[in-house]
Parts: sequence; C-alpha cells; structure tokens
Amino acid sequence: MVKPTQVTNAIRALRFAHDEMTQAELADRVGVTRQTIIAIEQGRYSPSLEMAFRIARVFRVGLDDVFQYPDTEGDPL
Amino acid sequence: MAFEEKSAWVMIVVSVGAYTIYLATVLGRAGDGPLADVAYAGTLLWTIGGAIVAGIVAHIAMAIAGGHGADRTDERDREINQVSERIGQSIVIIGALAALIMAIAELRHFWIANAVYLAFVLSSVLSSFAKIMAYRKGGFQTW
Repeated sequence: MVKPTQVTNAIRALRFAHDEMTQAELADRVGVTRQTIIAIEQGRYSPSLEMAFRIARVFRVGLDDVFQYPDTEGDPL
Repeated sequence: MAFEEKSAWVMIVVSVGAYTIYLATVLGRAGDGPLADVAYAGTLLWTIGGAIVAGIVAHIAMAIAGGHGADRTDERDREINQVSERIGQSIVIIGALAALIMAIAELRHFWIANAVYLAFVLSSVLSSFAKIMAYRKGGFQTW
C-alpha cells in the first residue's frame, strides 16, 4: 500500500508574502515546471531534498519554514 | 496540463489508432479463410513504423505549438517517466513469455508476431495511462 506523504508546506503563503509571487515565477527561479510547483503546493508531490533547499532559498528562509513534518508519538528520535 | 501528460495522451491515441488500422486491415483480408494464412507482416511493420513516426511528429508539433520552453521537463517528469516505463515494461515481459511459450508449442509465426505486437500496444497504453494518473493524482512516490 502506497502511503501518501505527510509532508506539508507553506509555499502558497510564502508566495503571497513575497509580493504575490506567481507559481510560474517561482518555477523559473527554482528551475522546474509550473506544474511541479502546483503539485508540491497541493501535496501531490514531495520534492527532493535539493529541490526543497532551492525553494527555501528563493524565499530566503529555512527549510523548516517551507516544509513541515507532523510530530507523531512513538516515532524514533 | 504538463507537456509530458499531453505526450502520454498522444501516445495512447497513436498506439490504439495504429493497432486498430492493423486489425481492420488484417481481419478485412481474412474473409472466410483461416486467420493465420493472412499476409500480415507488411501491415504490421508499416503500422509500427507509422506509429513511431506519428509519435515523433506529434511531439515536435506540440513543442512548437506550446512556444518557448513548452517541452521543459524537470526531476518530477523524470521520476514519473521512470515509474510509468517500469509499469509498461511488465507487459512487454508478459508478451515475451507468451511468445516463448507459443514458439515452444510450435504455433505459427502469425500468432507469435501478433502476441508480441499486442504486448507492445498494451505496454504503451498502460505506461501512458500510468503516467497520466501519476500527473493527475500523484501517489507514485512510496514512503
């Protein structure tokens, strides 16, 4: 059984906080297609660590400010 | 719609279209005689060749019509392509096994060639369908 990713992101909010940056503009700056940005925003695609860093760098924030992973009791530290 | 998703739709149309032309031609020639006696090789090769050329031409036409950067791909496209190709290849293996068994059973070349051709077509359709679903629904990544 394929488990959907639990990673959530704040890309949409960050885009609006950065002069309402369009998905196309973010895609150009990250070096991916607009469809990939849409898929990440909608939680249909989890980017690679490298792409995640590139997205965070565009917004000049840390990785944790863009992507979040829920705390679950019992998870190994 | 992603360029590669459009491309997958084109592949389904081209593959099914070419196979339909092939089937209509061969079945049309059969008449009341045995199907395995029909001349099929030329039609089979022409429809395979035609499908390849049609796929390439459609790909180029879409890239031109889409304007600058329309056919740009990224790592998500490559991941989806790898997963969908792997799914499609399973049908090719099944077709190869079927052809092997048919050859051992000394069935006529007609049936062996047609089993392989059908496997190619089903592989292309399944691979393209898997690609479209991956683009639309996600879920191709496992965690």
